[in-house]
Amino acid sequence: MISPQVPHGGPEVRVPHHINDPVIRSERLPNIWCPGCGIGIVVGAYVRALQKSAIPRERQISISGIGCTGRVSGYLNLDSYHTTHGRAIAFATGMAVARPELEITVIAGDGDLGVIGGNHLIHAARRNVDINVIMVNNFNYGMTGGQHGGTTPLGARTHTSPYGNVETPFNIPYLVAAAGASFVSRWTAMHVRQLTAAFSRMMEVKGFAFMEVLSPCPPTFGEFNGFPEALDMMKYFRDKAVVDHNADLSKIAVTARPDDSVVVGNFVDRKRPSYQELLGDLRARVQAQGVAKK
Amino acid sequence: MSSADAGGLKPGDHFMMGNFACVEGAILAGCRFYAGYPITPSSEIFERASVRFPQVGGNAIEMEDEVGSMAALVGASFGGAKVMTATSGPGFSLMMENIGLAYITEAPVVLVNVQRAGPSTGIPTLVGQGDMMQAKWGSHGDLETIAYSPSSVQEFFEFTIQAFNAAERFRTPVFVMADQIVAMMWERLRVPPAEEIEVTQRLVMEPAADQDRERVVFDYAKDFIPMPIAGRGSRVNVDSLTHDSRGYPTTDHGWSEKMTRHLAGKVRGHAREIWRWEEKFLEDAEVAVVSYGSAARSALAAVKYARAKGVKAGLLRLQTPWPFPDEVVEKVSRKVSGLVVAEINAGQMIHPVRENSRCPVVGVPWAPGTLIEPRAIVDAMQAVVAS
Repeated sequence: MISPQVPHGGPEVRVPHHINDPVIRSERLPNIWCPGCGIGIVVGAYVRALQKSAIPRERQISISGIGCTGRVSGYLNLDSYHTTHGRAIAFATGMAVARPELEITVIAGDGDLGVIGGNHLIHAARRNVDINVIMVNNFNYGMTGGQHGGTTPLGARTHTSPYGNVETPFNIPYLVAAAGASFVSRWTAMHVRQLTAAFSRMMEVKGFAFMEVLSPCPPTFGEFNGFPEALDMMKYFRDKAVVDHNADLSKIAVTARPDDSVVVGNFVDRKRPSYQELLGDLRARVQAQGVAKK
Repeated sequence: MSSADAGGLKPGDHFMMGNFACVEGAILAGCRFYAGYPITPSSEIFERASVRFPQVGGNAIEMEDEVGSMAALVGASFGGAKVMTATSGPGFSLMMENIGLAYITEAPVVLVNVQRAGPSTGIPTLVGQGDMMQAKWGSHGDLETIAYSPSSVQEFFEFTIQAFNAAERFRTPVFVMADQIVAMMWERLRVPPAEEIEVTQRLVMEPAADQDRERVVFDYAKDFIPMPIAGRGSRVNVDSLTHDSRGYPTTDHGWSEKMTRHLAGKVRGHAREIWRWEEKFLEDAEVAVVSYGSAARSALAAVKYARAKGVKAGLLRLQTPWPFPDEVVEKVSRKVSGLVVAEINAGQMIHPVRENSRCPVVGVPWAPGTLIEPRAIVDAMQAVVAS
């Protein structure tokens, strides 16, 4: 039995041992996420993929940046790293090169990975660093109270785009695929089984394995953009998601408008040499020549 | 302590550039991971690391910018590697963000800053010492900094090794504050036999018993806490947020106080073990020059010239500007009638010198992008003696 402290003065809740307890730091619950948030669903899917994985648990590493999704790593009972805003992929690159046998997964938000950390994202995809990257896209900066960013749909209202967003957002899977990643996918918080299956595949992929997960954010995005209740965006994902693994990526930008469809799928799964493999080959080649004259 | 790593430069005399000597020191200290971004006048460090690290089983990788370089170093450090980068002013500015990450997560990292002239892009090819205060105060929040300042190729080599030893022992970022002159200069380098080079290894945390969720992973009662290295089953949360003894984020006032004091205290409490300095002609000195890095070469020439002219001049050369050797400066200041601070900037280390001195302190502001002309230092000394 685990008896988490209830910080808000409510009754003590006693829950039986949960199947995910070995992978979750249940002593840290309840988590900080708002009601209706999709991040917990992503964590659940990732935890199930971890439980299924044949890779020893001590080799599974979780790295996050800063923001709502940045808090994921701290709830996982792994070697976990809560790094700086935008820099999780660069941090992961260093660890992955120093320790190629580790299975490193970066879980962070859209603003974190795609905007302030956008440069690290495209260059890690270009190098094809063998890490997994899960970007939870809730279309806004949530933790700071709801501001627009590089994934906020054109016209969407946030506290810093009160008259409608005038920026065109990134089409994230198109960007990452163009940069060179081995694996590129997009799902939503509605697609729980597909998320788990794709995470399992990402752990097998050699090279940069990337997923964008569209997620509801009722209080700071949905409220002002036609999805005010927790279930509204989930219903939107259920009704308007189209699975198309062979989609033309140039045409899958997300508008988050009620009539527009959302294309999801495992779009790219290709063999390219990973950064670690190429660095290993380089070292072997140099050492075979013997140390040069000093 | 153990002795230096295999694969290093052969013992004996070499004729070598400062930037190259730095890389050879790093290899002997056990460094096997370099992440960097090219920048004048430090680029030869990255170039030589790119040749040498693969030869000794290491990696020298190029990142997309200095922000990413420092982040990659912290990640590789938690992977268990001894890590380094080299940069100059503009890159140093970009690294500030993740220097703070290394500090709060207690990651050993060595950063070599080959200082150049001026703010912003300044003059990339000319000498400056304008980043000395940035080394102490550049990253936000309170940081206690360890920094070495070499005045010769030999010292660039030796201080790089000592920087790794300090980083590993204190689990904190350590800076080698070199400058363009020391970096580009070719001099004799004497490499001692490997067994005579002391090398420090970090304390490493043991794997955790899985069921113990309330264990103290960071015991702030101790100065030196073993490091959780990735992949060993430590299952520690490493956090850039202020964290408690379990590594979990907290806004608790008590933990904030404990963690912050621990980070600063482990350095301040052992400052005397870190300090290195050199005294020349101080026994009978009535005026002394305080200097460091390549500026100290001008200072020594000035002191010798002043002595020849009958002024009892001496030199205090700070080899570790940070943590500031306050007791050393104070002791010297009690013996002389005045101190002259010679540095290649508009006046930076003069401030802690003045704060800790018991005599008048004057500076020799110098920013043309050259070594200080000894004449300027002599003039300042003569003015001190005359007043």
